This record gives sequence, structure tokens and C-alpha cells, in this order.
Amino acid sequence: MTQSQLPPSDPLPLSRALPENGAVRFSPTTLKVLGILGLLIAVCLVTGILNPVFFGKGNVLNLVRRTGLYGILGIGVAFVIITGGIDLSIGSVIALVGCLLPYLLMQRHWSVALTLSCLLPLSALLGLFHGVMITKMRLQPFVVTLCGLMIYRGFARGLLHDQTQGFQNEFAGMKEALTGDFLGVPMPFLLMVAIAIVAAVFLNRTIWGRYLLALVRNEQAARYSGINTDLMIIIAYVICSLLAGFGGILFMCDGNNGQPVDFGNVYELYAIAAAVLGGCSLKGGEGSILGVVIGTAVMRVIYNAINILDIPTQWEFAIIGGVLLAGVIADELAKRIRDKRRSARAAA
Amino acid sequence: MPDPAPTSPPLLEVRDLSKSFPGVRALRGVSLHLNRGEVLAVIGENGAGKSTLMKILAGVQTPDTGEILVEGAPVHIDSVNAAFNQGIVLIHQELNLADNLDIGANIFLGREPRRFGFIDKRTIYEKSRALLGRVGLDLSPRTLVSTLTIGRQQMVEIAKALSVNARVLIMDEPTSSLTQHETDQLYKVVRDLRSKGMSIVYISHRLSEVKELADRVVVLRDGQFAGHLSREQISHDTMVKLMVGRDLSQFYVRASHKPGRPVLEVDRLRTPQNPRHELSFTLRAGEIVGVAGLVGAGRTEMLQTLFGVSPAIGGSVRVDGVDVTPRLPIHAIRAGIALVPEDRKAQGLVLEMAVRENISLPSLRRTQRNGLLNFAAEKLTAGEMIQKLNVKTPSDRQIVQFLSGGNQQKVVIGKWLAMNPRVLLLDEPTRGIDIGAKREIYKLMEQLASTGVAVLFVSSDMEEVMGMSDRTLVMHEGRLKGELQRAELSEEAIMSLATGHERLLAVS
Repeated sequence: MTQSQLPPSDPLPLSRALPENGAVRFSPTTLKVLGILGLLIAVCLVTGILNPVFFGKGNVLNLVRRTGLYGILGIGVAFVIITGGIDLSIGSVIALVGCLLPYLLMQRHWSVALTLSCLLPLSALLGLFHGVMITKMRLQPFVVTLCGLMIYRGFARGLLHDQTQGFQNEFAGMKEALTGDFLGVPMPFLLMVAIAIVAAVFLNRTIWGRYLLALVRNEQAARYSGINTDLMIIIAYVICSLLAGFGGILFMCDGNNGQPVDFGNVYELYAIAAAVLGGCSLKGGEGSILGVVIGTAVMRVIYNAINILDIPTQWEFAIIGGVLLAGVIADELAKRIRDKRRSARAAA
Repeated sequence: MPDPAPTSPPLLEVRDLSKSFPGVRALRGVSLHLNRGEVLAVIGENGAGKSTLMKILAGVQTPDTGEILVEGAPVHIDSVNAAFNQGIVLIHQELNLADNLDIGANIFLGREPRRFGFIDKRTIYEKSRALLGRVGLDLSPRTLVSTLTIGRQQMVEIAKALSVNARVLIMDEPTSSLTQHETDQLYKVVRDLRSKGMSIVYISHRLSEVKELADRVVVLRDGQFAGHLSREQISHDTMVKLMVGRDLSQFYVRASHKPGRPVLEVDRLRTPQNPRHELSFTLRAGEIVGVAGLVGAGRTEMLQTLFGVSPAIGGSVRVDGVDVTPRLPIHAIRAGIALVPEDRKAQGLVLEMAVRENISLPSLRRTQRNGLLNFAAEKLTAGEMIQKLNVKTPSDRQIVQFLSGGNQQKVVIGKWLAMNPRVLLLDEPTRGIDIGAKREIYKLMEQLASTGVAVLFVSSDMEEVMGMSDRTLVMHEGRLKGELQRAELSEEAIMSLATGHERLLAVS
């Protein structure tokens, strides 16, 4: 076997990013990340100039914290979106898992360890269910997770009799560990960074990540190459629901209480919007984790700007929707120009 | 040998037509003309540009440069409707009927006669009946299209063309999925239409059928005009010479093989598509075996079952005596079976990924370290394959989409070669690729066989089957109808088995 005698793999993965022909040419993904980063900086500058409160320490820390919380959801849904799927159940998973957390701790008197070691597998199980329905039953992701959206919300409300769930003044240690500050940085942000790194490594450095990227672009070709495509899709849904459930735990610790009827409501839309803005095409196959994180930040900054610039909050969705649409259009136009140049080069 | 200039303005003329796609120059300065009431055959190898030319005439695609003239006057054909208005209608290789509707509804789809704003069904059925008569189809226009055979659906397409008063009928490989009987019927209709003044452009790579029908032949090769034959000049040899650009004997790279021990043993295999028929045969090391048959004979299905894409519902597959009957492609791959699939864009390649990533896809599992990608191994393998297969690409980071068909196919082959297969299955390995790449692929098949790989290839290209195989298996309607040794191979012998005749014809 020649393969077994290969030199060790590139010790400095960064050097791979340099184009081999010497020309400086950014990959489409890099360009996308740079574009969204530009948007983030622009929105921050405009908001900050209009109202310097924006750059105040408290506001920035709050933004960082929110970006962390929502970013975790965005990373999860990014996995599903790059497979060409969608997960509409995220908000309801947050409600179910988030509200069960104080309920089990406070009313059932379970230990923290037991509760968490039940709720996280429960989240993963919901994702497993989605994945199996989509691959083995061949149901559409939209339909499966739409049912999930209704079912889990219904369970959260039914099981808990629509009662507000909260920690009152207890479990301060757990809350501090999950959503406090560490060296002045909000924990949710640190957790998100850790998750983002693991996700990026998974996607770009492991064979399963490669399988996922291959199958989303051409499932048949992936199957014909010996990849278990169903399994890969199921894994994507498991990751998404697991992170949604984890997000639910963090949101509950962060907010201290919540009502099953609206806890986490429409959060899936924030997550999907952030992922799309960050470069995950809903047609599947594209996306970078860093883009999703920055996309989340853009969403949070816009939300924050609406507040501190005294824009009536009723306009929130209209503004976010507009920004998202503009971002997607810009992305599509950039792609067309690229394709045109490319075919011109190829024909020459 | 340019297309001879006609005396009066021809019905249809194209001048200097060119068209490029990403990575391919499909047409380069092609000119030709079509007279009233003639059958003009346009022939050429796969990828010669026939289909592109016809799509341009029918308004499906627009040319990059060049002009189209009808009766001497330049016209703009930028949509299918514009072509209709000039009386030009294309009968697609893949039929375009709505099979949930009946015949009448299909013939008048989008042009329904109306009465008081409602669809006038009576007129539709009356007119449809008359049109069906003209194509020799004795059926009620209320028959659902889904219940018709392919041959009859094609007649409906022709009737549809007649309903828009077509003057030029373009038929793209019309017999590729027809039975012999249906083919004969089609000939009859074509001759009949010609005698009534219809001009027909007939695209085919079946030379016997061109000999039968054509008044003139235009040959395309690699997107260019390669030659013209008048009625008297049409013969098998003249056509082949123009199509291939050289003598066939030089084209197929063949050494004689001494087959080794059995590698692949297929025993009473039943595919999900043809569950009633059992397939049994053996493939030996170093042997190249062709599989011939008509479209729909079950050849692709057989390969897919051997590779585990559509798992067998009975029987067994053994490699080197070990039962490996695959239920998933990964099982076949582990057993050393590789498949170069029929549709390289849909099944063979991830078009948006780089050459390197495509080549490495099946071998990632081998080179991984604790699940991490081994980039160095990946690069090395890709480089090796690019060199070995002479893949023309600026670098191994090039996105596969932007390679030409031939180079794409080499990438597909490369990804399997990197796995050192024992058995290589190829499904239409040279479809849609240029002559040069074709030759290289033949050479490669030959090389692999000489190193002991058992090669099984499915092909609808008769020349290819006869040129490349040591033995030929012929399939008909899901069944292995017979086996021909190299010495017994002839177009007639293959066709006879492929169309369902049990008995082998005597070989002259």
C-alpha cells in the first residue's frame, strides 16, 4: 500500500489556504465571510455614531452574550441547512428542554447532573427522530420539523400545564457556570466559540465533514462513492437538535424563568436567518461556521440598534427581513458574476 | 469536402454556428443546409455537437455566433416559440409529454382551442384523431399517454409537431429506445412525411438506420463540420471514417488477453427492476467483457445491483470465491468492485468540488487518521491520478464542473483507480466525450486488464463493444440473451440477440 507510507500531513493547516499558483485569490467562502464581516462593522459603526451608548461596556458585553446564545442555535441549524434541509422545531425544542430544566430541578428535585444527562440525550433523540423520518420515511424536512414545532411546544405546555417555570433564587452555581462571566467574558459566548471550533473542525478536517459537504452537493454521487448518506443526514439533525436543547438550557439559565407558551418562540427563524446571512445557502452545500457566527452577531446588533436608536420595536422583523433579503441578493449576484468569469476563463 | 451550395435558397440554412459551454466548445463554425422534402442525417460520435446544433435550431439554446436563415432570409430563433413560428419542431431524445394527460390534451398543450373561454374538447379530439391517422396510430385521442409504449409516445410527439404545421422536423436519436417493430413503423412515417414535402433532420449514431433513410449525410466531429456525403456516397465505411477521423483499426487499443482465474462470479442474481430474470456469468482476471443491448434492457440495473446501489433480491455475487453480495456500495467497494456510473454528472462526480476532493472521496476512509482528513495523502493520490490518466486541469484544486466531459470522466475513473479495484464496472464509459479522451479511456481499460483487473463495460455504441470486448454479453428485457466471443462479434449478431432472437446468427 503506497498510502501507508505517506509523509505526515501538513503540520500547519493554514499554509493550505495559500493558493498554489501564487496568485492571491480568495475562495468564495472566504469572500462571503469577509462580506458579512464588512456588514457587521458597518452596522456597528453607524449605530455607534448615531448613539455612542452602543460602544459602552455594558452594551457590548450584552451583545456578546446574546451572540453567544443565538450563535449556538445558528451553528446547529447550519448543519441542517447545508444538507439542503431545514429545522423549524428549534424554538419548540428550546421550550421543551428549557422549561423542563427548572421543572425537574425545582419540582421533581432531580440533581443537576441527572437532569442535564437526561435533557441533552432527549434533545439528541428528537434530532434522531427528525433524521430518521427524513431519510428512512422520505418525508420532507419542512414537514417533519413543522410537526416537531407543534408537537414539542404542545408537550411543553401540556406537561407543565402552561405554568411559568423558573429557578427563583436557587441553582446559582449552575447558572453562574453556564451563563455567568469567565475572566470578564460572558460564558455563553465562550461556549459558542468552543462549539464553533469543534463544528468547524468537524466540517473541514474530518472525513465525516467531507462526506457531509459531498453529499449535500450531490447525494447520489456521494452514495456511489460508498458514503452512507442517510447516516450523515441523520447526524446533521442530531447535531441541530442537540445544540437547540443545549441552547434551551442556556436561555433558561440566562433568563431565570420562562413560560412554555412562548419560551424560545420563533428562535428557529433567528437561527435560520443568521445561518443564511452567514453564507449557508438553503439549497445546501455552502456555509462556514465563522460566517454563521458573524451572521448571528449582525442580527443581534441590528436588534440592539433598533432599541438604542429608539426605533419602534414593531419594526424589528421588517428591518431584519430587509437586511436578510439584501444579503441573499448580494450573495446571489456575486455568485453569478463569479460563474460568468469562470466560464469565460474556461472557454478562453 | 464542404457542404455543397444549393442552387435555390434552401428551406433552412445555418452559417458559421458556434456555441460554448463552461469547459466545452460544443460547436465551432458549423454550416449546413436543408432542402425541402429531404431527410438529412446528422451523424457523429457522442459529444460531436449534434444535439447542441439541434437545440439551437429548435430555439432551446441560442448560439454564441453565426446565423440561421429560412428560405434565404435571416431569422432570430431565440425561443421554442420562435422556432415553432418558423415551422421548426424538435422531437426530443427524452420525450416531453405530460403522461398524466391524454393524447389530445398533449397534442394541443398550451394551444388549446377555446369556445366561450372554455377548452373546446370536441375540436381537440377531432383534430387529434386526424393527426394520429397521419402518423399511422390507430388509437383514441382520449388514451392516457402514460399507457402508451415509448414508440407510440414518439408518434404522438410527431403528431403534435404536425399540428403546428411543422415544415422541419428534427428527430434526435429517435430509435434509441424503440423495439425493432416500432423502428420499422417510424421509418414508414418518416418516408411518408418526406413524400409529402416535409424536411427532416435525423440525428443518429446508428449507421444502418442512416443508410436506410437518409438522402444526405452531414458528419460532425468535435463540434466541427467533418464532411458531407451524398446519397451515392453513403456507406458504413465512409461514415465511420468521417466520424472517427481515422481508420477504426487504429482507434481501438487492443492486445489479446489471456484470461486468468475467475474473479467475479455472478450466480442467479435478480435485480429489483427485473425480479423475474436470473443473471449468471463469470468474469475472469484480465478480461474485458462488453454488455450490449437496447436502452432499457436492464444493463445499467445489473451494474447497479453488482455495486450495491440497488441491492439484489436474490442470487449471489462472489469476488475471488467469497460471497460479497452487496447491499450498499460500501460493501462492493470493500470487495474491490468499482463502478463508473452511466451519468457522471449525477452519479459520478460532485461537480462543485475540486478535482482533488472528487478523486479522494472513496479513499478517505483508508487514509484517515482517527477520523481526521489526511490532506497530504489526498494531494498525493490526486496528483498521481491526474498524471496517470492525463487529466487536463490547471490544478487539482480546479472545480470539476469546469472540466470537459472527457476529463470529468477521467476524474471518475481516477477515484476508483486510487482504490486498486479487482473488478471495474463501467456504464457507458465514453458517452458524451471527445474522440481523444475516448481513445485514452480505451487505452486505460486495456492497461487495467493487462494488470489483472476484470473489466465489465456496458455500452450502446456498437463500434465500441465490438472494438473493445473479449466477450460480449447481450441483454434483452432484463435477461442475458446470449454471449458472443470476439470472433463471433458482428453488428447483426448483437442486434439479433438484443432484439430478442434466441438463436445466434451464423457468422460469415
